[in-house]
Amino acid sequence: MAWKALRMSRFVERHPAWALIAIIAIAVLLWLIFAVWPPGLEEAIGRKRVFLNALFNGITLGGLYFLVASGFTLIFGLMRNVNLAHGSLYLFGGYVGYAISSATGSWVLSFIVAFILTALVGVLLQVIVFRRMEGQDLRQTMVTIGLSIVFADLMLWACGGDFYQIQTPNWLIGPIELPLITAIKSSGEPVYLRYPMVRLVIFAASVIIGVAMWLALNRTRIGMIIRAGVDDRDILAATGVRIQLVFVAVFAFGAGLAGIAGVVGGTFQSLSPGEDIRFLLASLVVVIVGGMGSIPGAALGALIIGLAEQLGSVYIPTYAIVVTFLIMVLVLAIRPQGLLARR
Amino acid sequence: MSLAHDARVAVRPATATQRAARTWPEINNPAAWVVAAILLIMPLIASGFFLIEIFATTLILGTMALSLMFLAGYGGMVSLMQLTIAGFSAYMVAVFGVSGNANISLGWPWWLAVPMALALATAFGTLGGALAVRTEGIYTIMITLAIGAAFYYFTNQNWAIFNGHTGINTVATPHFWGVNWRADIPFYYIVLAVAALCYFAVEYISRAPFGLALQGVRDNPRRMAALGFNVNAHRIAAYAFASFVAALAGVLQVWNYRQISPGSVSVGACIDVLIIAVVGGITRPIGPFIGALIFVLLRTFALDFLVRLGLDGNRFRLLIGLGFLAIVFWSSDGVIGLWQRWRQSQHKSANRAGGGRGHG
Repeated sequence: MAWKALRMSRFVERHPAWALIAIIAIAVLLWLIFAVWPPGLEEAIGRKRVFLNALFNGITLGGLYFLVASGFTLIFGLMRNVNLAHGSLYLFGGYVGYAISSATGSWVLSFIVAFILTALVGVLLQVIVFRRMEGQDLRQTMVTIGLSIVFADLMLWACGGDFYQIQTPNWLIGPIELPLITAIKSSGEPVYLRYPMVRLVIFAASVIIGVAMWLALNRTRIGMIIRAGVDDRDILAATGVRIQLVFVAVFAFGAGLAGIAGVVGGTFQSLSPGEDIRFLLASLVVVIVGGMGSIPGAALGALIIGLAEQLGSVYIPTYAIVVTFLIMVLVLAIRPQGLLARR
Repeated sequence: MSLAHDARVAVRPATATQRAARTWPEINNPAAWVVAAILLIMPLIASGFFLIEIFATTLILGTMALSLMFLAGYGGMVSLMQLTIAGFSAYMVAVFGVSGNANISLGWPWWLAVPMALALATAFGTLGGALAVRTEGIYTIMITLAIGAAFYYFTNQNWAIFNGHTGINTVATPHFWGVNWRADIPFYYIVLAVAALCYFAVEYISRAPFGLALQGVRDNPRRMAALGFNVNAHRIAAYAFASFVAALAGVLQVWNYRQISPGSVSVGACIDVLIIAVVGGITRPIGPFIGALIFVLLRTFALDFLVRLGLDGNRFRLLIGLGFLAIVFWSSDGVIGLWQRWRQSQHKSANRAGGGRGHG
């Protein structure tokens, strides 16, 4: 981690003004989270509870977006395949999770089955479809568009247009009290923030998955192979690595992540036709902002977009989507390759 | 109506063989004249339903897909936001013009509202294009899709200008010189005129210096930059032209349905335009119109057709998706390409039967 600290100090040296702004912004944010708000501030921008809820919703939504977008960006980074059927995989995983959890009552089992089934779909897609048109980016993308239409209609056929919500397990139901003061009652008794336990658990799980992915990519042999493949797959194939196997494995894992995300999304929110497009858009914007093919980029992008969406929908309700869009425009204008992409 | 359909099919090889000519390819092509004549006398052949629901709709969708074909075929940029630009233009006609939602519409006469809508939509598309050209190739699809989806969600959320998910209804259509231009026959001729104008404009530009430079940029941007062409300026100019074409189609669309709502600018509809262009073929301007005719016929008659086969009539999108997949799998040049290849194989077998003389 020494190089990271080094890079940070170099950043401070090169851009002192930006570093100062960043430090001030972080300080203001921390103050907003921990301090008891003075009445003047509450009058100006509303209750602290609302702000904290929006902030936490944004961060946990960022966790969900990260799960969807990391699979998308992994597949893109290695295979240059813009998988526009990724949203369909998300929705498919969600429906599978719903079926399993309502049949067996086990929430954890629904994750496992959803992961395996969507990973299988991913394997089939890679073996049957994408291997035949390797190197033809545009054609692959068109095929994924066609597939997303077909999948969407098949799922509409099978599941109908209803809303489904996956039952939260008993041990996660209910809010948890966080040591964050939202207000002080007239009696002088502090009021603490209460927040749904399940969202925090899921957020923690997505952080763990993200860290595990980062470690696997940077510290293991298979990770080394994948990173080499991202840089130059022809040379990698020439060194004797069975690249088709790596492709299938990465596609399966990325698809499986989308399936898990579907179960998470089905528990957080609900599943219905149209959600596939919503999460496809989210992963597109997240990877455009964060940088294509970069896992840390997907994490940063997911956090930014999740926060922008939730804070936006609380403070400027009818223009919330514009904030997300403006962030994308800004990033494209300043750093077209994305915030954390190498090139 | 089946007659017209056959004539349209016949035009495909004709435009193909005349490709190299420097003059208008249609002039020496009898099939093109036949199609033009049939399109002109269509109101005598087709009833109101076919005239508007099939032919006018085909021409409007075809014009939208034509703008995509221009970008993708000559510029190498697959933009999924062409429908969004058309939808923006349609919304602007409704917002500036007269509609049933008096609190939103400004009530301008159509001859002020339409140029305003065209200008704003062209500016919108050009800005979007300027964003999209900052990255290349495959990224263009992602960025334009993100723009399209963002616009869809925005129209759903925003009530001040776009009236949320109900949209703007009973949009007024032009009446002047004592003619109601939204009546079936006058409206058909307006649509036909605009579509023909756009078709010939694309055809002309593809052979003008700008179009040739654009095709050079598509094939080898580095070399064109080395030759002194401003690559990005050419691309953005292509977006501006395509946006104008899409905006024209958007005006016609809002006059056709007399209402506009987020459903008309949904992501699915954006993708439909891509499907139309790809199924028809994105190498020649006639392709999008053929694709649009196939799409509209399928959309209108698939239900009856599927029910007659004993299947669920609601599976129209499945049919479209599978058809699109098949085209992408087997023919990169859409229906035009399939037709051409079939013609060539016919030629070959004919030559073989005749003793293999045509060896050149």
